[in-house]
Amino acid sequence: MAANMSACLLALHRCCQYPALALVARRQWSSSPAPPPLHRRLLLFLTQQYSDIEMLISWSSRRTRKQLHKKNVYYGYTESFYGRDVASAYFVLRMKGTFRYVGQSEWYGADQRNKLGLFEDWEFLNYKERQLEEVDLSDTEINYTGLSNIEVQRSLKTLKVSHCPEVDDWFLEKLHIFEDTLEELDISHCPRITIGGLAALRNLKGLKRLNVSSLAKISNPGLVIILLEEMLPQCDITATGYKLDLDPVMDNEEEEEEEEMEKEKNLFQRWR
Amino acid sequence: MTHMSSHRDNVKDVHSTFFGAKISRLRSRQKKILPYLYEYLSCLQIQTQVLIFEIRILPSVIFVIVECNNQFVCSLIMLCLQYSRASTVLSAGGIRQQFSLPENIHLSLASADFMRNINEHLGVLNEDPVDLQFNHSGYLFLASEGVAHIMEENYKTQRCVDAGAKVRLLSASQLKHKFPWINTDGVVLASYGLENEGWLDPWMLLNAFRRKALSMGVIQCHGEVTDFKYSIQVLRNADGEEVTLKSVKSVKVQMPNSLEYQPVECAIVVNAAGAFSGKLTEMLEVGVGYGINEIPLPVEPRKRFVFVVHCPDGPGLDSPFLIDYSGVYFRREGLGGNYICGASPEESKEPDVGDLEVDHQFFEENVWPSLASRVPAFEKLKVCSSWAGFYDYNTFDQNGIIGLHPNIRNMYLATGFSGHGLQHSPAVGRAVAELILNGKYQTLDLSAFSFRRIMKQEPVMERNIV
Repeated sequence: MAANMSACLLALHRCCQYPALALVARRQWSSSPAPPPLHRRLLLFLTQQYSDIEMLISWSSRRTRKQLHKKNVYYGYTESFYGRDVASAYFVLRMKGTFRYVGQSEWYGADQRNKLGLFEDWEFLNYKERQLEEVDLSDTEINYTGLSNIEVQRSLKTLKVSHCPEVDDWFLEKLHIFEDTLEELDISHCPRITIGGLAALRNLKGLKRLNVSSLAKISNPGLVIILLEEMLPQCDITATGYKLDLDPVMDNEEEEEEEEMEKEKNLFQRWR
Repeated sequence: MTHMSSHRDNVKDVHSTFFGAKISRLRSRQKKILPYLYEYLSCLQIQTQVLIFEIRILPSVIFVIVECNNQFVCSLIMLCLQYSRASTVLSAGGIRQQFSLPENIHLSLASADFMRNINEHLGVLNEDPVDLQFNHSGYLFLASEGVAHIMEENYKTQRCVDAGAKVRLLSASQLKHKFPWINTDGVVLASYGLENEGWLDPWMLLNAFRRKALSMGVIQCHGEVTDFKYSIQVLRNADGEEVTLKSVKSVKVQMPNSLEYQPVECAIVVNAAGAFSGKLTEMLEVGVGYGINEIPLPVEPRKRFVFVVHCPDGPGLDSPFLIDYSGVYFRREGLGGNYICGASPEESKEPDVGDLEVDHQFFEENVWPSLASRVPAFEKLKVCSSWAGFYDYNTFDQNGIIGLHPNIRNMYLATGFSGHGLQHSPAVGRAVAELILNGKYQTLDLSAFSFRRIMKQEPVMERNIV
C-alpha cells in the first residue's frame, strides 16, 4: 500500500512534467480542420496518460513477481505434516515436473494428471523417507528459492532444468549441495545463465553428463566449452545449438539444409 | 536532464532558474548523494532535506528510503562525481563472507542477497535489466601454521552466523587435489567459499544504483564541497567538561573550473566520501584544535595498486579469488588468460597518496615473487596494465564507521571500510536509511560500528590471517 502511494506521487509528479507535451497535442488538435480519427485521438490520450500506463505496467510486473515467489516458496506447511521428502516430492509435482524415487524405475508425475491438469494419484504422500533420485523440472518456473525445497535430497543423481526462464547463475551456485551425488545436469536453453554461473559448476566433481546447449547469454561458446571441459575432465559435455566457427562435421548437415532453404527463399523473392 | 528542465520551467523566480541551470553543470570530485524523496517545490536556494556526499555506492540508501517511506518525500541533489577517481570503479570488485566479525558476515550476506534480486530492487521500467557480471568463483584463503588457528575460529563464526556462510575448510592435500596448480608449500589450512562469493563489475552496480535514483526523481548535479556553514553550541557533559556540538546549516558547493559556488541548505548530511571523508570533517574543523573535546574522523586515503597480467598457462575457469597469507592476491579476469593481482604494502612502506600514479617497482618486488612461488605457472607472465585506487583506510581499526558523529549533530557517517566498502554497500545503505528514517537499526544491528568505539578507544578488529 505504502509503496503504491509513493508510486502514485511519482506518477503525479511525472504528470506535471508533461504539460508541454499536452499543450502541443492540444494545439495540433485545435488547428486542424476536423478532429483527428479515433485511433490518433486514442494515441494522443495515451501519450498524456503515459505515467498511468507506466504505473499499470509496473503493477503488473510486480504481480508477476509475487506469483513467481509464491510458486517457489518453501513448503514448510507440507513439511510439518509429512516430512521433508514428501514436501520435496509435492513441490516437484506442483511445479509440473516429474521425478523418480531411489530404487524404483517408473517416473512419478508424468501421466498422473487428468484433463484439468490436476494429478489424481496422491500415493506419494505415503512414501515418507523415500529420497528422490532423478528430478525433471524442465519448462518450469523454478528459481533459487525453489531449490531450497529439493535441498534435502542428498541422493539426487539427475537434475534437468532445461528451458527454465528463471534458472540463473545463483541457482547454479547453489547446486554445490549436490556435489557428491549429482551425475547428470541439464541446463540447456536457460536464457539467464552466463559464464559466471558456469564457473560455479566447478564444485560438481562427480558430474558425468552436462548439457549446456543453446545458452543465450554465452558470448563465445567455443571457448567456454573448452574451459568447461578443462574444469570438469570426467564430464561428458553436450553443447549443441551454437554457431561455432570451426564446425565439426556432425553439425554441418542441418546447417547446410537451412542455408539451402534460405537461398531458395531469397531467389523466390527476387523473382517476384 | 528532463527533471532539471522541468524544474526550471516550474520555478518562476529568476534567481532559482539561474541557479538551477548552474547546478546541472556541476562536476565534482567526490560527491555522491543519497537521494531522498521530497519533490522540492520552489526554492530560492536549493533546499534539500538530506545531502549525502560520496563516491561510493550509497544510492542504496536512496532506494530504500524511497521504497519504505512515502511520506518522506525529500528532494535530493545527487552530487555526481567524476567517477574516474572514485574508489568504487577502481576496485577489484570482490565479495566474500569470510570475515571474523559476525556483523561483517551479515553485511556481506545481506549484500549478496540484494545482488541476487537486483532486478527486483533496481530494475527500471523500459530499460535493460541490470547485469552485474557476477562470477561465482568463491574466495580461497590460505593459512600457514602460525595463523591456522585463527582461520579455524573464523570458520566456526562463519558457520554459526544466522543463515550461515557456506565455507569449507580444506587441508593441504585436499587443496592440492582440488586445485593442482597451487604450490601448497607452507600451507596448512585453506578456507574456500562455496556460495555468495565471487566478484562483480562495480561500474555496473554503480550505474544501476544511479539509474534507479534518477528514475525516482533525483536531480543529478556535479560540484565540489569546499566549505560548510555551521552553528556551534558548547554544552557540558556529565563530567562537567565542555563539549562543542556543531550542526551543519549549509554546504558550499564549488562549480568545476570556475569561481562560482552554490550554497546548498540541508537538514541532514551523510558523509560517505570514502577516502576523503576525513578531509570533509576537517572542513568542519572537528578535532583540529578549535573545538573542545572533539574527536577527528580517523579515515584517510591509502593508495593500493592493481595489476593486470597475462599468463597463457594460468589456472582455468575454476580459479577462485586466491588470497595468500603473505598478503598477495589474484583473481581471474575474463576468459583470455588475464588475471588481476595485487598486494597490501607494509605499514612502513605506504605509497604516497598525492596522486594515482602506479609504482611498477612494487609489482617486481612485492607481488611477483610471492605470486610465482604460490602458483608456479605465474613465473612466466606479462603485465598488461595497472591502475591505482584509494582505500578509505580507517586508521583506528580498519572497520567501517556507521552512525552519527558525536560532535556534529546532523552528520551521519558511512565510511572507513578499508577496502570492503563495495561488498557491504547495499546493506550499509539500508542501515543508514533505517537510522535516518527510524532512528535505529531494524534489520541488522550495526551498533558495533558506531563512532562510540573510537571515543572509548576500544578497537573492533577484524581477525584476518592476513
